[in-house]
Amino acid sequence: MTNFPVEKIRADFPILAEKIRNKPLVYLDNAATCQKPQAVIDSIVHLYSHDYANVHRGVHTLSVRSTDLFEGARTKVKDFINAGHEKEIIFVKGTTEAINLVAQSYGKANIKAGDEILITAMEHHSNIVPWQILCQQTGAVLKVAPINLHGELIYDEFEKLLSDKTRLVSVVHMSNALGTINPVKIIIAAAHAKDIPVMLDGAQAIPHMTVDVQDLDCDFYAFSGHKLYAPSGIGVLYGKQALLEAMPPYQGGGDMIRKVTFAETEYNVLPYKFEAGTPAIADVVSLGAAIDYLNAIGMDKIAAYEAELLDYATEKAMQIKGLRIIGEAEHKGAILSFVLDKIHPHDIGTMLDSLGIAVRAGHHCAMPVMDFFKVPATARASFAMYNTKEEIDVLMNGIKSLIEVFG
Amino acid sequence: MFDDLRDLYQEVIFDHNRNPRNFRVIENADRRVEGFNPLCGDRLTLFLQMDGDRITDASFQGSGCAISTASVSLMTEIVKGKTEQEAEDLFKKFHEMTTGKDEQINLEAVGKLAVLAGVREYPARVKCATLAWHTLDAALKNEQKSISTE
Repeated sequence: MTNFPVEKIRADFPILAEKIRNKPLVYLDNAATCQKPQAVIDSIVHLYSHDYANVHRGVHTLSVRSTDLFEGARTKVKDFINAGHEKEIIFVKGTTEAINLVAQSYGKANIKAGDEILITAMEHHSNIVPWQILCQQTGAVLKVAPINLHGELIYDEFEKLLSDKTRLVSVVHMSNALGTINPVKIIIAAAHAKDIPVMLDGAQAIPHMTVDVQDLDCDFYAFSGHKLYAPSGIGVLYGKQALLEAMPPYQGGGDMIRKVTFAETEYNVLPYKFEAGTPAIADVVSLGAAIDYLNAIGMDKIAAYEAELLDYATEKAMQIKGLRIIGEAEHKGAILSFVLDKIHPHDIGTMLDSLGIAVRAGHHCAMPVMDFFKVPATARASFAMYNTKEEIDVLMNGIKSLIEVFG
Repeated sequence: MFDDLRDLYQEVIFDHNRNPRNFRVIENADRRVEGFNPLCGDRLTLFLQMDGDRITDASFQGSGCAISTASVSLMTEIVKGKTEQEAEDLFKKFHEMTTGKDEQINLEAVGKLAVLAGVREYPARVKCATLAWHTLDAALKNEQKSISTE
């Protein structure tokens, strides 16, 4: 592998030294959630040990310190995705909450009966259900652009579905079930030509590539901290300032107000208007630590290394008789979804677990994708920057052995 | 290579997975209930033929993992000829074997179903083994709706 310091990176992740069922852990469930480097773990411990108080409230020293660290993390996120301003970075629980926020705030204010919302057939449930709820509330119609058997969006069909009634496009940047990376720049340009805003679900894309929201020109971008080597329970909604300014609040409470009387309430400015209640302070600060860690390695280097891992895994997988890869898009991230002849993915999952290998077996919260490929579930190996070719060999040998055992 | 798994995947289970027993439709069955495990996507349809309160025939269709397939295959064999009460008693014992406390387990009481005792050590797989029995329970109570393990 080309000069990528994987052994040094592995040493930064204490959990990778764990033994599972007396075997070295081979963690290949990164699309579900990533493990955490020591720097992220330390940042949480350090905050609670030295700098913790509530943010945006007190005049006392600790509160100021805590606020500075919290807002410092916002700046790190802003720079990481190249947003124009900190006002455009809203801290939420995760991608799911970010999409629900846009559906309930932007959607309810701008979408009415007969309007259309356009998604694709490869969406995670979190980019389907919030829109279905909005459609039930407003009488809008959910349109779904189809995919082909490689797991790629059929772009011509997508374009045809961009109609005069389309009020919002919401598309996954990289599919969690298939690995497909969508041509989001083209999608955004086509939608913008019709004045339709575009939301991107970046939950999977964010740890695998450089994301530049200004270059993409997306209107909203959502991602979760826990897939970016930070804790679960924290995520980000990026939104263009003009859109966010015009949107009503999502939740009411403390911190999101400027002035409250029983007669009326004046809302706070961005981004606080959308951050009601005490936030996940330590988790936000440690998201900043995760970004520092990734920046020190370099997202482009990570992307190149993971592409090598995926190529290697794909090549090896294709040599196994009876293995079918689900998701063979030309542009793919480091996800290998597969099924085996006559062996159910849950049996694959249990058998690999006995060898210390963690893969996901199931529908990956993308039941419509499973229906499309006519499989009840798939097994999925998803790679991160700390995985190695040797681990892929362990996986492939495990698959070959379990095929033998099943006979 | 899979030594640790011998308790879970016994040869009997592989055998029933490869060659499921009573894998057929009973036309005009007295009871027909669908079982679904949304987590794994396991899906089965259970057919029962009754003579009074006695099960005279049992069969199934569907697809699932080796554990769920073997469990339903074994179940259709063992409940044939049993009364509703006897089958319910067996369900209770099976349930105790897969989810109960150690002291509740009586492997002799469940006969060849004992090969499924290994799921106890794999909480994520217990539902695979019990789906068949929850479906049977619904069929015996004559609930003509789909049942789900969730």
